[in-house]
Amino acid sequence: MTLTATRPKRRFRPALWVLTLPFVIMFALFFIAPIIYAIVDSLFSTKASGLGFGAPEKVFVFLDNYTAALSTPSFVESLGRLLLFSLIEVPLMVVTALGLALLLESARARWPRFFRVLYFVPYGVPGVIAALLWGFLYIPATSPVLQGLAAVGIDIDPLSSSGVLFAIANIALWGFAGYNMLILIAALNAIPTELYEAARIDGASEWSITWNIKLPLVRPSVILVTVFTIIGTLQLFVEPLVLRPLTTAISSDFTPNLAAYNQSFAEGNPSLAAAMAVIVAVIGFVFSFGFLRLVNRKGNRAW
Amino acid sequence: MVNRSQYRSRPGAQKSSNDRTRARSQRIKQPVGSSIVVNGILVLAGIYFLLPIVWVLIAATKTPGQLFNSFGLWFSDSPQAWQNLVNVFTQDNGIFSVWILNSVLYAAVGAFVAMVISAACGYALAKYVFRGRETLFSIILGGVLVPATVIALPLYFLLNSVGLTGTYWAVLLPSMVSPFGVYLARIHANAAVPDEVIEAARIDGAGDLRIFGSIATRMMMPALVTIFLFQFVTIWNNYLLPLVMLNRTETFPITLGLTLWNSQTQRDPMFYQLVVTGSAVSAILLVVLMVSLQRFWKADLTAGATKG
Repeated sequence: MTLTATRPKRRFRPALWVLTLPFVIMFALFFIAPIIYAIVDSLFSTKASGLGFGAPEKVFVFLDNYTAALSTPSFVESLGRLLLFSLIEVPLMVVTALGLALLLESARARWPRFFRVLYFVPYGVPGVIAALLWGFLYIPATSPVLQGLAAVGIDIDPLSSSGVLFAIANIALWGFAGYNMLILIAALNAIPTELYEAARIDGASEWSITWNIKLPLVRPSVILVTVFTIIGTLQLFVEPLVLRPLTTAISSDFTPNLAAYNQSFAEGNPSLAAAMAVIVAVIGFVFSFGFLRLVNRKGNRAW
Repeated sequence: MVNRSQYRSRPGAQKSSNDRTRARSQRIKQPVGSSIVVNGILVLAGIYFLLPIVWVLIAATKTPGQLFNSFGLWFSDSPQAWQNLVNVFTQDNGIFSVWILNSVLYAAVGAFVAMVISAACGYALAKYVFRGRETLFSIILGGVLVPATVIALPLYFLLNSVGLTGTYWAVLLPSMVSPFGVYLARIHANAAVPDEVIEAARIDGAGDLRIFGSIATRMMMPALVTIFLFQFVTIWNNYLLPLVMLNRTETFPITLGLTLWNSQTQRDPMFYQLVVTGSAVSAILLVVLMVSLQRFWKADLTAGATKG
């Protein structure tokens, strides 16, 4: 770390406050405060008083909302679905992004710059619009792909209950693979080329250079991409929301976020929604930190 | 330090010509077969990433009827792109242009403020030694790991209690916070703003803020562009926050507006064509922006990723 400035310490530095306070205040108001609010709110419940007249009052119920959430079968199912979705999406994303990055950076790629831009373009398409577009490509009436497959005798229904998670995973992959690929390409570019030359002189094949030099050296970025993807999968909300009218395979609480949204605005139970949101956040932290601990076990810190 | 020099020498021309020479000399040695496989995969991936965009551009030239009964990847006999565009921009008294302007407003203003305050904070974290610095940085970094969807719902109830929901501010203010921006800014300031320069400026009599404003920000320019672009796209693509915060269509960004139209397709199938053409217009807008700013993206991400 080369962080320490070699200046004599001063007691009071107004500049430090001017520089840090705007962000710190905004961060506290719009980031920390909602988290605290959610945690506190999840410990209370709104009870209508008496006959339903008069103002409803907030009652401290401690963990009741959590037990309520975790004993709602549809919510527990949505957590399981999210877990399953992560198991599909995270490896799919990391392998695709890494594969494309390695191929584009290999000596054999013809127009690497052109393809790099091409793969990155979907990142600029909002998730909602991506889901709308793929929605059209998932129904036989408008999808040239399904029509083409049907013409050669292959009938698939991406929006069937068995296919819908893959259909959603595909939308997320389409949107973010190029962005993650750019992060990995940046890491690959930072590897000194002398390492490759030395390896070639020693007679190493392209495969062994990839396995023994490139992959170990881009490991920190692969970890970064993996953690971002884990966090991304927990946000799952827009795609099922948009695809829902097209299929019966997506329920109104298909993902925990959808369930929380419904509790807040349709069912009018924000405290239960807050508990659900906190549960998702806790799972996210457990996953992210668990993953980071797992990969950093051997003493080589990556992040 | 190694990273810094690499970062500085980024402007790609020279490097890529090296790449090309290297590539050419290797291609001679390598079997033609593997080259075909590699490029074949790259082309297939390209088709995959382009498919929905090509589809929507073609679909935007069709009538609602043709949308469902003509082949999706080819134009119909009587393309009517202009008519569809006119329809999109005149529907509901031209609300679509308002949505575009709203999206631009949210994304540009939000991203600009996010850039300024993250850069200042990241710079301070990099260049000042103060008590609690690492704790503060850890908390901010922890913010990167919090899914935005977790924030949105409680934020609605908080802002509702102060009467801000339903206004532009409800979307703008939260968009100005980018923990990832602070992380990028700190890393860049460490690598790109040498302590010696700060020291020299101080000896010349420049104040701390002046040093940040007119010297450091210039050296951090690639990071600033990155933070701006990253946040711009994040806000532009955001859906949940405007969804929970806004209730009047005149304040909607384009994402919310298009889903509003999409929800009306049951009532009137004409809305299918509006959604398709509107999606095409909004996709083109951002694609043009991304492609034209692509070289800046490259610079930025290098630093973010390799120095992490």
